[in-house]
Amino acid sequence: MSQFYTTTDHFVLAPALMLALFGCAILLFDFLLFPNPKDRKWLTMFLLAGEAFCGYGLWRQHSFLISNGIGEITAFQGSLTMDGFALFFNWIFLIATVVVAIVSYNYLEIEGEHHGEYYALILFAQCGMFFLAAGTDLVTLFIGLELMALCFYVMVGFLRGERRSNEAAMKYLLLGAFSSGFLAYGFSIMYGVSGSTKLSDVAAAFAARDPWDPMILLAVATTSVGLLFKISAAPFHMWAPDAYEGAPTTVTAYLSVASKAASFAFLLRIFMGPLSTSRPVWEPLLAAVAIATMTFGNLAAISQNNIKRLLAYSSISHAGYMLLGLIAGNRTGLNGVAVYVMVYTFMNLGAFLVVVAMRRKGIAGEDVDDLAGLMHKSPGYAMLMLVFLLSLAGIPPTAGFLGKYYIFLSLIETGHYTLAVIGTLYVAVAIYYYFRIVKSMFIPEQFEPAPLSTSLGLRLALGVTGALTLVIGIYPEPFLRMAQTSLMR
Amino acid sequence: MDQHLLSIILFTPLAGLAVLLFIPGSSKNVIRIWANVVAFAGFLVSLPLATRFDKGASGFQFVERAEWIPSLGVQYLIGVDGISMLLIMLTTVFGFIAALSSWNAVEERVKEYYAMFMLLQTGMIGVFLALDFFLFYVFWELVLVPMYFIIGVWGGPRKLYAAIKFFLYTLAGSVLMLLGILALYFQYHAQFGAYTFEIANLMKVVLEPGMERWVFWAFFVGFAIKVPMFPFHTWLPDAHVEAPTAGSVILAAVLLKMGTYGFLRFSLPLLPRASNDVEIVRILAILSIVGIIYGALVCLMQKDWKKLIAYSSVSHLGFCTLGIFALNPNGIAGSVLQQINHGISTGMLFLVIGVMYERRHTREISEYGGIAHVMPKYAIVFAIAMLSSAGLPLLNGFVGEFTILQGAFEANRVWAAFAVSGVILGAAYLLWLYQRVMLGQVTNGKNLRLPDLSAREMAVFLPLIAWALWIGVYPKPYFDILEKPVQQLVERVKPGYYQGQAALKAGVR
Repeated sequence: MSQFYTTTDHFVLAPALMLALFGCAILLFDFLLFPNPKDRKWLTMFLLAGEAFCGYGLWRQHSFLISNGIGEITAFQGSLTMDGFALFFNWIFLIATVVVAIVSYNYLEIEGEHHGEYYALILFAQCGMFFLAAGTDLVTLFIGLELMALCFYVMVGFLRGERRSNEAAMKYLLLGAFSSGFLAYGFSIMYGVSGSTKLSDVAAAFAARDPWDPMILLAVATTSVGLLFKISAAPFHMWAPDAYEGAPTTVTAYLSVASKAASFAFLLRIFMGPLSTSRPVWEPLLAAVAIATMTFGNLAAISQNNIKRLLAYSSISHAGYMLLGLIAGNRTGLNGVAVYVMVYTFMNLGAFLVVVAMRRKGIAGEDVDDLAGLMHKSPGYAMLMLVFLLSLAGIPPTAGFLGKYYIFLSLIETGHYTLAVIGTLYVAVAIYYYFRIVKSMFIPEQFEPAPLSTSLGLRLALGVTGALTLVIGIYPEPFLRMAQTSLMR
Repeated sequence: MDQHLLSIILFTPLAGLAVLLFIPGSSKNVIRIWANVVAFAGFLVSLPLATRFDKGASGFQFVERAEWIPSLGVQYLIGVDGISMLLIMLTTVFGFIAALSSWNAVEERVKEYYAMFMLLQTGMIGVFLALDFFLFYVFWELVLVPMYFIIGVWGGPRKLYAAIKFFLYTLAGSVLMLLGILALYFQYHAQFGAYTFEIANLMKVVLEPGMERWVFWAFFVGFAIKVPMFPFHTWLPDAHVEAPTAGSVILAAVLLKMGTYGFLRFSLPLLPRASNDVEIVRILAILSIVGIIYGALVCLMQKDWKKLIAYSSVSHLGFCTLGIFALNPNGIAGSVLQQINHGISTGMLFLVIGVMYERRHTREISEYGGIAHVMPKYAIVFAIAMLSSAGLPLLNGFVGEFTILQGAFEANRVWAAFAVSGVILGAAYLLWLYQRVMLGQVTNGKNLRLPDLSAREMAVFLPLIAWALWIGVYPKPYFDILEKPVQQLVERVKPGYYQGQAALKAGVR
């Protein structure tokens, strides 16, 4: 191979390449081979095959890193870095994508909007996430972000016949484009200051300057705006409830976990990389943002009647907690963000999957009241939902507790006592709105006689997310080790 | 068997729960029988704990240790000393009694009901067994969820409000406590370079005084809400009134003791200087005394029978916390014994109410009167329960309250003087209640044909009456069991206390 595409480059890029290839193939095959709508289940199979190849690529990278005892492999002259951090996040993207893909078939059939492009979009989005986690170059990161975001703009508006969905996509697109503009502006300043797009060069150039240098301040401000928008932190969170509510529920699930995880990977790369020397500038800023995010998210969630909206606000508040880990900034804190992202992925996916099961022919099943009597009708789903909600609230022995544990510990270690107290008190607020759902499930009246829409995929996905939420809570050791090694440099 | 005795006690209810899941929900009687079998087995396996417990040994016994989450320094570490042994016996006895008393009271969703009880039982036993702070916290939180459902699903008309109030209050307290735990954990790491949650290790940490006080208050919020101490008690009357009978019984008999136990196991040994701080002790003693008197006065106002007993818990638990913060052997030993006593007598009183509620479905005191004529056996049981709660000599309540007052007197005479008024008020509201409900002529026609206690109901009360008499007549074994752990506690908080006392005695001679 040429000097522009070496074996190492290929080795590092392989998982993303597989995703892109299979995504394109799905588009073609949907058109050529499977004109009959009934054959679409093959597309799911095809997607899973793509994920298997992607997983194999990741696994080989993983073993390579371990067997050679090195921390990272760089490719494309340092634009891509495959390290424990990138691998960890990519595993999360992979699991989230597989879970979403296997529940989508049934759901899209019910919505009457089953198109092959959906599966391709999921793969392309995941491909974008790959670059967000592994990218170490401003341009690579930006392209990864846009690839992911564009797929999501389309997917959010996937229910073409529904105005809510259209509106959500429009809002998300406009605000998303706006924030990308900010981000690009920030990146251009970084380039201007350092003369390079590599994160390490930018970091060196920033470290050489005073953190209160106006150029740096401008870079920090604009980059922060862009990034905070992507993780839906206050005051840039307004798009999230609308987008989450309007999007097809499977997309909402995907958006709320995978996109958020990828954005956090991106955020950590930037804030712990080029902007790490500007900590005195952004730390108070982010602390204020984190408090505002937890406050808006938790307080607004209290009065929601639509579960998707409620979970949207709750996921906003979770972004606040994850930010706290970055604010603490020590090993425990960063570890905490990794653990938090991991457990959040499983528990939040799980909670949305239950909402997916509630969607039946002619029944939206999105209101808190629609869950009434669920304990009576299908106790299994109700118990799973209970586990997910307890975990979201952070009650041991569920996985969610461990995320909060690390975050609180890191705040104590770094002396952020006020933030710690605020964070803990919001746990009590959160339990109130999560338990509104629980309360509804355990009310004896049955409003909805129709059985839940289940499929093999849904049951499998719920089983996996439910089991992981409990297992990580009860025996977290292997998972914590995994998260810890992800930060070894 | 000895080396896994505690694990067996801990997991018996959980194993019962696993089997219960396979019993179809429609065969209610099978479920009831199975639940009672499990609860009785839970009591049986805990018996060797009492018989084989070595009173003379100091430190923890039956200790089991295993790695759980090594990267956080968390262990599965359980063990008992005299204090926790007594509380575990209380838990297993009441586990059985609560199951037996629910036979007729619960008709709907019987399976889920007993499942919640078994989960609750494991959580409570775990709280008293854990010697690792993380493990303790997990069990502490585990208790909340089943209790929420017991109140919220099988409770009275305002059950949902009461259940979420209970949950939010205790959760808010315990997350703040978590911050205190983490601060201690971090300080240990800073001083010794290792992460551990083991209590024996955490005791080595020396905190700077300001920090220690903050940690103390963080613990305090968690434990005081659970006890509940004035002014954190407002969740209790709601929870008690709305909970089903067995829920109230467990809540009063065991759950509240988790708070006082927390003070004894964690606040005092881990934060000895803050616990002995003059200001802090004064504040806690005042809150306890206010709780004693305020609780008693509110009892005098109640029209609802169950609410009255609920407020009496506030008053009685005030004695327990006062005893703890007298910080001397009498106070602490009396406090532990009073915790057991309160469990027995208040548990009995809630059962007494439950028996009547099943017959009449009202708890208005004015609906009753002259019941003693209709239900003579019931009258005797109620009288014993009431007198034991009021602290009549020869019954259990007297021994505990007397010892606590002794301790309080030693610490500060003014405290004792105020606390005594609580005893008098206690006798007043209980005797008045008994008079209004049981004595006189039957005024309400609906009460004329009430059936007396059945054999099953007698079986619920008899062991408790026997226990109350035992403690009342011959409390020595209890004080023997408590002597060592209390001595260790006092030595820890007030080093040199015993030498000082010995010197004092020598001087008097």
